[in-house]
Amino acid sequence: MQQGNLSAVTLAITPEPPGLRMAFSGRLNATAAARDWAEATRRARMGEPLHLDLSGLEALDMAGAVLLLRLENLAGPARWTVPPGPMQTMLDRTRTALSGPRPPAAAASLPWLAWFGQLAWDAGGALVTRLAFLGEAVASGLALLSHPRRLRRTELLRHLDEAGLRAFPLCILLGLLLGMILAFQSSVPMRRFGAESFIPNLVGISLLRELGPLMAAVILAGRTGSAFAAEIGTMTVNEEVDALRVMGIDPMAWLVLPRILAALAVMPILALVMDLAGLIGMGVVMGTLGYPPASVVAALERALVLRDLLGGLFKAAVFGLAVGLIGCRAGLSAGRGPRAVGDAATSAVVGGIVAMVLLDGLFATLFYRLGL
Amino acid sequence: MAEPVVQVQGLRAAFDGQTVFENVGFEVRRGEVFVILGGSGCGKSTLLKHMIGLYAPAAGTVHVLGQDIHALEGSARQALLRRIGVMWQSGALFGSDTLAENVMVPLEQHTRLPAEARALLARAKLGLVGLSDAAARLPAEISGGMAKRAGIARAMALDPPILFLDEPSAGLDPITSAGLDALIVQLARDLGTTFVVVTHELQSILSIGDRCIMLDKEAKGMIAEGDPRALRDHSDNPVVRAFFRREVMA
Repeated sequence: MQQGNLSAVTLAITPEPPGLRMAFSGRLNATAAARDWAEATRRARMGEPLHLDLSGLEALDMAGAVLLLRLENLAGPARWTVPPGPMQTMLDRTRTALSGPRPPAAAASLPWLAWFGQLAWDAGGALVTRLAFLGEAVASGLALLSHPRRLRRTELLRHLDEAGLRAFPLCILLGLLLGMILAFQSSVPMRRFGAESFIPNLVGISLLRELGPLMAAVILAGRTGSAFAAEIGTMTVNEEVDALRVMGIDPMAWLVLPRILAALAVMPILALVMDLAGLIGMGVVMGTLGYPPASVVAALERALVLRDLLGGLFKAAVFGLAVGLIGCRAGLSAGRGPRAVGDAATSAVVGGIVAMVLLDGLFATLFYRLGL
Repeated sequence: MAEPVVQVQGLRAAFDGQTVFENVGFEVRRGEVFVILGGSGCGKSTLLKHMIGLYAPAAGTVHVLGQDIHALEGSARQALLRRIGVMWQSGALFGSDTLAENVMVPLEQHTRLPAEARALLARAKLGLVGLSDAAARLPAEISGGMAKRAGIARAMALDPPILFLDEPSAGLDPITSAGLDALIVQLARDLGTTFVVVTHELQSILSIGDRCIMLDKEAKGMIAEGDPRALRDHSDNPVVRAFFRREVMA
């Protein structure tokens, strides 16, 4: 005879021709079921006819009932000895509960060709919805020109404040550090060639044409794009967007346009702040290398032209538009449940950064072709 | 008469110096469906949160299964909390988990049952509330009534002797609400579980309640205790009468 003496229950497994007798005594609860589960189910899997003897049981909860029914399920129809009363009720109730319909099985995985086709179809569908969103935004923007009062000015001001003014400290800090790092890093190889005096040229052009707008856009995507997506995503989840539609209010004009316009307007300013902070950071490093501010300014005047700045600011405005559009679209297309808002914010940040890099490459080619 | 499993004595709830209710005292007996009723804003849910140890009382004590829930700390408090289940007004299901996974959370955290046993037990609990076929769905994919039933299944995961339900019928259609009431009565009878139910739904109060107390916003405390049907038919208190007869107070 094998006996497991537990704090709550005692299980005795004894041969009883033609099979096994499992006799439980004490309290068969979740703790006891957890301790006996492995051994009892292992013996039941042997397929010998079972006699489940509960005559010594004092109490049985649903975890215990699940164990007993599992044993019967593994071994085949069992002989039961159950004292009449609540234990029989518990067993009956658990048996009924377990016999309910099973949830539909998950769809079987597709063969690779079908999977590839599904992927292409989904990608095509996603592209179409993005284009539709873009078209809808353009149409709403054009409609706004004829009905400018539809634009919520207070909302626009709020987003200008949140996306712009409140991002200044971060832009200044990152710009300063970026300028200092670029100056330091370039000073080492340039000193070897006696070209230290050209550091302002290198840093100035890099900042104004590329890094200033790009870093400002990263800040906008991280701070503002995700906030747009989370805010609108929460509204979508809470059916506020549906409520707007039912009230005959265009969510594009109400929610999207103020945000896009704010992103479009603040980005050149953020890029400018980033540029200036970067140049100051570079100037500080140049000072430590023995170059007075006047010579740094003179070098910048020689190296930079207005179109470097304007080209960068134009790019920044386009980046702002892209980040705003992507953030709002992510929010409006949010699914249901709390995870949807997180997914929307992630999608806004990742989509925004990827779009910026693609646009930057496009601008680089375009400016090169145009000789700018 | 069954022994008391919850004893509330001289309870006072206050926030920022504002008293919500005071001198609240009653007992809930094993196996009964005890209803806390009253109009909106009288402190029903606040009382429930004091009973489950979420809010500390400004005065008074709450004993659950013989232990002062607010005096317990650490593992002793955890052990007591494992012996009660709570269904929240909104269901409070974890949105990223399926219904089965929601029910398995307390089983994973508080038992050593193997995965197979947890899955079967979750299936049984969901079957008990009629949600077997929805086990793989996310909370966002089910109706309000299903969310409440799933909330009950999760609250029952560890077979607690006491279940606290906050507004189980709120926002449900009459048929779903009646189904939920029938489920509560059935579980109380079949499993011997004690239910403490906060509600202001008259139909539910009368169909499930063995005993009740009534809180009142103006009185800042209890104004009635007893069998809800007896209170409806024989109470001398005008507020209680108005509540049960759906009358507007002058």
